[in-house]
Amino acid sequence: MSIDKDTVKHISKLARISLDDKKIANLSKDLSSIMKFIEKLNELNTDKTSPLTSIINASLKSRSDEIRDGKIRDQILKNSPETNKEFFVVPKVIE
Amino acid sequence: MTAKKFDYLINGDKSKWEVIIGLEVHAQVLSKSKLFSPSPTKFGAEPNTQVSLVDTAFPGMLPVINQFCIEQSIKTGLGLKAKINLNSVFDRKNYFYADLPQGYQISQYKNPIVGEGEIVLDMPYGTKKVGIERLHLEQDAGKSIHDIDPDNSYVDLNRSGVALMEIVSKPDLRSPEEVNVYVKKLRSIMRYLGTCDGNMQEGSLRADVNVSVRKVGDKKFGTRCEIKNVNSIRFMQLAIEYEARRQVELLESDKKVNQETRLFDTKKNATRSMRSKEEAHDYRYFPDPDLLPLKLEQSLVDKLKKELPELPDEKKERFIKEHNLSPYEANILVSEKEISDYYEEVIKKCDKKLATNWITVELFALLNKKNLSILQSPVSARNLSKLIKMITSGKISGKIAKDVFVKMQVDDKDAEQIVEKEGLIQQSDPKELEKIITKVISNNKDKVEQYKSGKEKLFGFFVGQIMKASEGKANPQLVNEILRNKLK
Repeated sequence: MSIDKDTVKHISKLARISLDDKKIANLSKDLSSIMKFIEKLNELNTDKTSPLTSIINASLKSRSDEIRDGKIRDQILKNSPETNKEFFVVPKVIE
Repeated sequence: MTAKKFDYLINGDKSKWEVIIGLEVHAQVLSKSKLFSPSPTKFGAEPNTQVSLVDTAFPGMLPVINQFCIEQSIKTGLGLKAKINLNSVFDRKNYFYADLPQGYQISQYKNPIVGEGEIVLDMPYGTKKVGIERLHLEQDAGKSIHDIDPDNSYVDLNRSGVALMEIVSKPDLRSPEEVNVYVKKLRSIMRYLGTCDGNMQEGSLRADVNVSVRKVGDKKFGTRCEIKNVNSIRFMQLAIEYEARRQVELLESDKKVNQETRLFDTKKNATRSMRSKEEAHDYRYFPDPDLLPLKLEQSLVDKLKKELPELPDEKKERFIKEHNLSPYEANILVSEKEISDYYEEVIKKCDKKLATNWITVELFALLNKKNLSILQSPVSARNLSKLIKMITSGKISGKIAKDVFVKMQVDDKDAEQIVEKEGLIQQSDPKELEKIITKVISNNKDKVEQYKSGKEKLFGFFVGQIMKASEGKANPQLVNEILRNKLK
């Protein structure tokens, strides 16, 4: 599978990464060769293997339902480029 | 099968069309803290005060799952008679939006925690089973507020990371009314289970509505549109009505329906395309590397199953059998757990049939008028029970009971005390009644003549006069008997 320039453009748009034409061309080449390398795995017969989502042989650790956080608005808003002391303020996003 | 006269069909210019509806309900899990962080979930807090560094996706923060939320979704799955998947996986659903700090939502894609189940709907044309496709756990996003500032949006992340159950139905619904009954039933089941409060005003229950149409008789489904994030049953119904007609008009003028995401505009009662969503629809799901697969022990599922409360369907069956109710009455009484609790409290000490009538007619009218829930009822179950007992024992008449009921509404004043204090006990002494009746007859000699000469309608007039003379306290049955004899 090759990753053509349009696919690179599409992915970069979804990922909000801006790329110039030269970079797009280079990435298309690099990503295609990476895909080709990975495709080697397709030669392996995996009909009887169920998909693996984690290589760690353990189950998810959970916590109990207790409130142990929150009420740190000032700390949280401090890192935002723009706030009004209560909310994060962002450029208008509306449908 | 559905009886023909109940079919919901769109009459186009050329043919009749059937509407196919599937619902994705987002139900907020009732829990104290969020799905992957220990910050609170309470509704209505000051903006951004229920937010942790995990919810804002600070670098290095890791999600830790809330065990209670897992159990809440298992319970809901069991309530939907669904298969519980002992192995499930959390995935990242990637998209950019200002109220989603992570840049992805943690959700479940290929391996949800709950598989296929069903909900039984009671429709006027009989019961209808609606298939559940799946239930999965996911995070809610924050809230964007667009109407404070003309140039900016304000973001409140209090809801960010709150646990949601997305409950996906099969495309089995066929009318706005079935959608109404489906959402109410699902809500009722979750409220019985205590897994979601179902409060639509606070956004605890919202739905994406999938709508398509096909010509009556066609087997193949048409192209569907998804109407996003509708937050009331009324709006769901209006959106479906509008969208179905829009699709029929397109198809009948030889145009195509585009598979797309639409928005319901509550001011215009119309749906419109959300074009910007289209490209973003490429969510690039993949298993979240921060979270291991969720493995459940069968013993946990068994334990939760044992602890399950009696659910509306079972309660309904029991009410019909034990209390001799009609399916219609049973449905009303089990629709909310609090109503069924109230009913069972009332009938502990009084006639069941009369209790059913009093609750579904007088009490519901009162609650409706004052816009109260049954938990806020001004008349307690115990007090209503006392009132009904006095009717069945003949101590007061049904008519007087209604007056007493009005007086009970002030501070839940004791029914027996009202009757004693105001001397409202029914007059059932034949001698006393005869006195009153004789007086009424002698005061209305002309009417007696008319009655005897065939104007039998006047019987009601006499009864009215007697009731008036007795201040409503005369026992109506005895009055009828004595009066009939006297007028012979």
